[in-house]
Amino acid sequence: MSPMKEITQSSRKRIGKRQTELLAELCNALSVSGDEQEVREIVLREVKPFCQQVEVDAMGNVLATRIGSGQDKVQVMIAAHMDEVGFMLTQDDGDGIFGFSIVGGIDERQLVGKPVIVGREHVPGVIGAKAIHLTTPEERKTALKLEQLRIDLGPDGSGLAKVGDRAGFATRFSEIGPSIRAKALDNRLGVFNLIELLRSAPENIDLLAAFTVQEEVGLRGARVAAYHFNPQIGIAVDSTPANDLPLYDEDGENTRYNTRLDRGPAIYLMDGATIADRRLAEWLMKTAEDEGIPYQIRQPNPGGTDAGAIHKTRAGVPSISVSVPQRYCHTAAGLIRKSDWEDTLRLLSAALSRLNSKILTPLEA
Amino acid sequence: MTIDLLPHLKQMLSAPGLSGYEDPIRDIIRTAWQPFCEEISVSRVGSLHALKRGDGPEPRPRVMLSAHMDAIGLMVTGIVEGFLRITQVGGIDARILPGQMVIVHGQRDLPGMVVMPPAYLLPPEAGSGVVALPYLLIETGLRADEVEKLVRVGDVVSFAQEPLELGSSALAGHTLDNRVSVAAVTHCLDILSRRKHAWDVWAVASSQEEIGVTGAFTSPVDIQPDFAIAIDVTFAKSTGSSDWRTFPLGEGVTLAWGPNIHPALYDAITKTADELDIPYTREPAPSMTGTDAYAIQVVQSGIPCLLIGIPLRYMHTPVETVSLKDVRRAGRLMAEFISALPLDFMQTLEWK
Repeated sequence: MSPMKEITQSSRKRIGKRQTELLAELCNALSVSGDEQEVREIVLREVKPFCQQVEVDAMGNVLATRIGSGQDKVQVMIAAHMDEVGFMLTQDDGDGIFGFSIVGGIDERQLVGKPVIVGREHVPGVIGAKAIHLTTPEERKTALKLEQLRIDLGPDGSGLAKVGDRAGFATRFSEIGPSIRAKALDNRLGVFNLIELLRSAPENIDLLAAFTVQEEVGLRGARVAAYHFNPQIGIAVDSTPANDLPLYDEDGENTRYNTRLDRGPAIYLMDGATIADRRLAEWLMKTAEDEGIPYQIRQPNPGGTDAGAIHKTRAGVPSISVSVPQRYCHTAAGLIRKSDWEDTLRLLSAALSRLNSKILTPLEA
Repeated sequence: MTIDLLPHLKQMLSAPGLSGYEDPIRDIIRTAWQPFCEEISVSRVGSLHALKRGDGPEPRPRVMLSAHMDAIGLMVTGIVEGFLRITQVGGIDARILPGQMVIVHGQRDLPGMVVMPPAYLLPPEAGSGVVALPYLLIETGLRADEVEKLVRVGDVVSFAQEPLELGSSALAGHTLDNRVSVAAVTHCLDILSRRKHAWDVWAVASSQEEIGVTGAFTSPVDIQPDFAIAIDVTFAKSTGSSDWRTFPLGEGVTLAWGPNIHPALYDAITKTADELDIPYTREPAPSMTGTDAYAIQVVQSGIPCLLIGIPLRYMHTPVETVSLKDVRRAGRLMAEFISALPLDFMQTLEWK
């Protein structure tokens, strides 16, 4: 990686104050699967000025098209899901206390003792836990179950929310040193990156941007968006776990990190939902190498992105995913390196500029 | 002057002050109490002593109000690949830690968070179910070389959760145990500044309660009070907590009743509360109270004690929740009780 470092530094100008502020606005918005309105409004505001066509489809996906002016254009669909994992209030116990369910995948052990926001008004609440003084040592060895937890809006909080309202962690976006810490980086990073790609799309492609809904509950929005666009190529831009923490046994080595921070964008070859198209993988890796952009291969693992739905749409769409590595996905706060975010955007942008239909010829010939 | 309690409390909640490391919170309390008091000093173990003189003839009797100011938190035990290993200062249930925001008090204050490694990075059995404290880590967002420069083993770690107003009367945050009681003492001093009182009032923000009531064992030796009132939080009813040890939130303070409490003092303060219609519940404390009253009672030849409790949900988590109504009630009850104390009050206390 070191010989590329200088090139990387000199051409790095993509992430400034405007970009960081927009990512912060996106992350602080609440957009639980099935109720993506807050992020949808931001996306519509951002993309309308430079797209020929913008529509909201039957599921709530934002479908934005930017037509290129070149010859032999490639129809590329890029998908970024707008939804995040979170909660829905399911039970009103009175006195501002609500039972809730998890929407998407959140480890129940991450819930206890957290501040939350509820509904479009972001009403503050907390998920409490019994005082340690009132627990037995045996109890403290047993993880608290969702059924034992409640969202508490305070003793006069009854009228502030209702069953069916969505809720999420209250974590506010912050920059710390070389990193960004926020909730919902999965996948506001993708949403941001797709907005940026639309803003500066090259003329050799028609960019078919799908800001999708309900990814976290089964890749549902991407499926219908891909049908609508009928693209030649599909790319999901997302965020993927970086489990690059130390092993407890310090003599051992962590060989199951999935991805690692500071190693650049993660290119997928295989996950639980998709085997990436080889030609697209080579195109991305060649671009990175030519441009001096660091990248890593995401370890082939379970998990999936919108590409899992896109590549099986209609008669099939050659597809791949590119993600920003993120520690602590699906918890109150994830953490990324700004440099990985920037390099992901650089890679995607450079790759789109050199895209032509020849990429797909070997199989078609 | 009058103190606006909510900003005062929020300012205290954003100041660190782990047991034994109380300097930042002590400075804030000193500034808040200074206008009401004639003398302020710091004890040998870091408790803050503030004297508000009475108007009775010397030598005046003395009442001591004791609210501990120290906070629970964490301490760094090791640094591995830029991550921090940690232990606890005070009683912490490890189940509340994953995902909590903290401040690491290193060479400078570093924002961080407690993280739970995936099960496959931990020894077999350690990763399923509750991940115990020795396996949790703190992430600072900095690269390993930077962390090595800025953090040392033994650095203390505070919770960083910002206080949250819930509805119109409740506040949630960390270290409401026991900064709400300090706020109640401030409220009491504020009221007394507009009232006559014969007795000397010694307000104490005690140190190191959470790890062995050190401040409360030592301050009475300096102050020599005739009797003392300890103010601390008690358990409010909440999800999973509803037995006899718990009390409704926002419906009044508790007055403890049991071996740490002088029964005649208890009768006297309940009489004040009844006369003024200040709501309270008798809190059965059949054995030791786990508060400053436990220590103060046995200092030197013994000191009669009272214990006022402010009901609080989710104790020792970063989302402890109180009703501000109860905080004000605690302050007002103390002020009313003290301003009505006759000079010969101690002689009227009888064992019966």
